[in-house]
Amino acid sequence: MLKQTEGSHAVAESVALCRPQVICAYPITPQTHIVEGLGEMVKAGELVDCEFINVESEFAAMSVAIGASAAGVRTYTATSSQGLLFMAEAVYNAAGLGLPIVMTVGNRAIGAPINIWNDHSDSMSMRDAGWIQLYAETNQEALDLHIQAFRLAEELSCPVMVCMDGFILTHAYERVDVPTQDQVDAFLPPYEPRQILDPADPVSIGALVGPEAFTEVRYLAHHKQLRALGLIPQLAAEFRKEFGRNSGGLIRTYRTEDAETIVVALGSLNGTVQEVVDEMRGGGSRIGSVSICSFRPFPLAATREALQHAKRVVVLEKCLAVGLGGIVSDGVRKSLSGIVLNGYTVIAGLGGRAITRGSLKRLFQDAERDELEQVTFLDLNADVISYELERESKSRRTGPTAEAILRRIGTVASGIG
Amino acid sequence: MVKFYQTGTFTVGNRLLKEDQRSVQADMHRTNSLNSGHRACQGCGEALGARYAIDAAMQATGNQLIAVNATGCLEVFSTPYPQTSWQIPWIHSLFGNAAAVASGVAAAQRALGRTGVRVIAQGGDGGTTDIGFGCLSGMFERNDDVLYICYDNEAYMNTGVQRSSATPPAARTATTPALGPSPGNVFGTGKNVPRIAMAHGIPYVATASVSNLRDLERKVKVAMGIHGARYIHIFVPCPLGWGSASEDTIKIARLAVETGLFPLFEAHDGEVTASTPIRHKVPVAEYLKLQKRYAHLFRNPPDLERIAQIQMMADRNIEKFGLLH
Repeated sequence: MLKQTEGSHAVAESVALCRPQVICAYPITPQTHIVEGLGEMVKAGELVDCEFINVESEFAAMSVAIGASAAGVRTYTATSSQGLLFMAEAVYNAAGLGLPIVMTVGNRAIGAPINIWNDHSDSMSMRDAGWIQLYAETNQEALDLHIQAFRLAEELSCPVMVCMDGFILTHAYERVDVPTQDQVDAFLPPYEPRQILDPADPVSIGALVGPEAFTEVRYLAHHKQLRALGLIPQLAAEFRKEFGRNSGGLIRTYRTEDAETIVVALGSLNGTVQEVVDEMRGGGSRIGSVSICSFRPFPLAATREALQHAKRVVVLEKCLAVGLGGIVSDGVRKSLSGIVLNGYTVIAGLGGRAITRGSLKRLFQDAERDELEQVTFLDLNADVISYELERESKSRRTGPTAEAILRRIGTVASGIG
Repeated sequence: MVKFYQTGTFTVGNRLLKEDQRSVQADMHRTNSLNSGHRACQGCGEALGARYAIDAAMQATGNQLIAVNATGCLEVFSTPYPQTSWQIPWIHSLFGNAAAVASGVAAAQRALGRTGVRVIAQGGDGGTTDIGFGCLSGMFERNDDVLYICYDNEAYMNTGVQRSSATPPAARTATTPALGPSPGNVFGTGKNVPRIAMAHGIPYVATASVSNLRDLERKVKVAMGIHGARYIHIFVPCPLGWGSASEDTIKIARLAVETGLFPLFEAHDGEVTASTPIRHKVPVAEYLKLQKRYAHLFRNPPDLERIAQIQMMADRNIEKFGLLH
C-alpha cells in the first residue's frame, strides 16, 4: 500500500509486520519516532503478541534484547550515536553469542563535540563487532531492509544492524510502498532458534573460553559473515521476486560500465551523487557511482568487479578515521589489491553538513583532472582552520576549541560557500 | 558407660520434622542445580549460597527456572569451558547487565505464553551494587518479574579482592590496603542495597545468610510465590578474600548475624515486615578476629577506636531492626 510517511514511521510499520515479540529501546535523537511508533502500535493493540519495554539506558536496551533473543523470541531495538557507544559492550556480546537481534541505527555523529545531525561515525565505530551492517539509500530501502534483516539474522544466527541516515531519512517524508502482512509472512517464517533457554532442555550459554578454543570460535563468526556474502544477494533476489523492487544486496552500480571515474558512497548520499553523475554525463564525462549496501561483510569481490576498469575511484565518506583518513576507503583499497588506479578519499557531511550538488560537481571535476589530494575534507573552511591554528600557537589557555570556532564562523554553522 | 548428649533441633536434623518442614538440601530429590565439579575454592560461601538458593527456587517452581548470571566468581567457577555445573538453563552475558538480561528473558516467557517459567538474575556484590546498579534499578522500577539474588562477599573477589561499595569499613582489600593512618576501607562509605531495593517499593526484599539454611530457603520460596521485582541479598563469606579458614565459612556467616552486623529481615512493598532476632549477642571482635582482612585492627596495641566504630554499626542495626528482645 502506498503511503506518504516519515522514514521513521515507515520503519516502524515494517518492523511491526515482521512480528517482533520483544521490543526494547531507550530514546535518542534521531531514532525516537521509530520506537514511539512501535510503542503506540503495541499499546493500541495493533501489534499483538509483542512486549514493549521502556528501558533505563541503551546498555539496558541491548541487554534486554540479549535476554529475550536467547530465550527464543524475535527481538528488536534501535539507537544512534552516543547510545550505540553506550551499549558497545553488549553489541559485541550479542554478536559473540550469535543472537539474531535486529537493530536500526539512525546514523548520527558521535561527540565530542555533541552533535545530533547525520554522519556515519556511530555505526562505523561498531564495524568490527561482528554485526552485519546494511546501509539504506532511501526510506523505501530502509523499510525493505528490516524485513530482509530479520530473515538474514535468523538464518545465520547473527545480529544485523540496519543503518539509515538520521534526519535525512528518519525525518523526511517520502512515498513508500508498505507491504501486506501476508507478503511479509511469506518471506519471513516464524523464528526457529539455534539455541534457547528452556527448562525442558537446559543449556549453559556464555561460558568462559580460553586460548585453546577462542580462535576457533572467532573464526566461525568470521566464516558466518563470509557466508552472508552469498546469502545477502540471494535474499535480495528473492525479495525482488516477492515484492517487485530492488532493495538490499551487496552493492548497486550506477552508470559504471564505461566509467573512468567512479564514486563510492554509503546511504542517502548516493541519491545526490547519482544526480550529479547524470548532470556530468550530460556534459560528456565518463563517470558513474557505486552504492555499498552491505558494509559488513565488506563485498570485496563485488566492489573489485565494479571498480577495476576505472582510472580513478573517489570514496565519499561520512566518517573519519582520525589520524588516518578514510574508513570505507580501506575496504575499497583492499578490494582493489594488485590493481593500480588513482584512489581519493573525501571526507564529507560530518555532523550533518549539507553535501550539495554544486560541491560534488566541483569535486568530481577536480577528480577527473586528478587534481585532488589523497584525503580531502569537502568544503572545509580553510580560513577558520588557519585562524584557529595561529591562535593556538600564540597562547596556552585558548579555551574550548568548538566555542572558538563557532564564534569565528558566526551563527550560520552549517553554511557553506 | 553411656554418654548422653543433649542437642538442639537442628542437629537432630530432619528425621523428626514433617516432610514440608525439612530443608530442600536434605531432600533426596533436590535438583542439585549447581552440580559438583565446579572450581570454587574450598569453603566458598557463594557456591553454598547459590546451591541453596537455586535448589529452593527449583522446588518452588516445579523445576521451571531460567538463571541469568553476572560475570564474577560464580560464573567463572561454574562454567570453565567446555564444562558447566549448571543443570538448569543458564546464561552469562556481561558484568553489569544481569538484571536487564533477566528482564528480557522474563519478557520472552510472556511473549511465548510460558506463564510457569520463572527467572532468577544472580551476581556478586560487584556486579550488583556497582557496575550493575543502573540495570538493577531499572528492573526494580519496571517491576519486572525477576528475582535478583546478590551473593555478597563484600569485594570484587574474582579479579583479586578489590573494594566494592559493599566492602565494610576497615576491611582490607587490594585497593583499600592496610596502610597509613586509616588502614582498610574508609568509614562513612558504602551502599545498603536491600534498603535501596525497598525504596523502589518492590513487592519483596530480604536478606539471608548461608548460616541460616532454612531461613534462606523459606525466603527464596516466598519470593518465588510473588510476581514482580524481588531482591534477596545473601551474606557469603569468602575464605580467600577475607583471609579466613575454609572450615569457618558457616561459623563466620553465623557470627555476622549474631553480632548484628548482618541483620536478617524481610520487607514487603518497601516496609520491613519481619526480622530474625539474635539469640545471643556476640561482640563484633569475635567475628572480626577470624578474618585476616581485619588483622590490622588487632595489632599491638589493638585499634580500639575502629573496633568501637564497627560495634556501633552493629548496635545501630540491632536497634533499628529490633533484633534483641
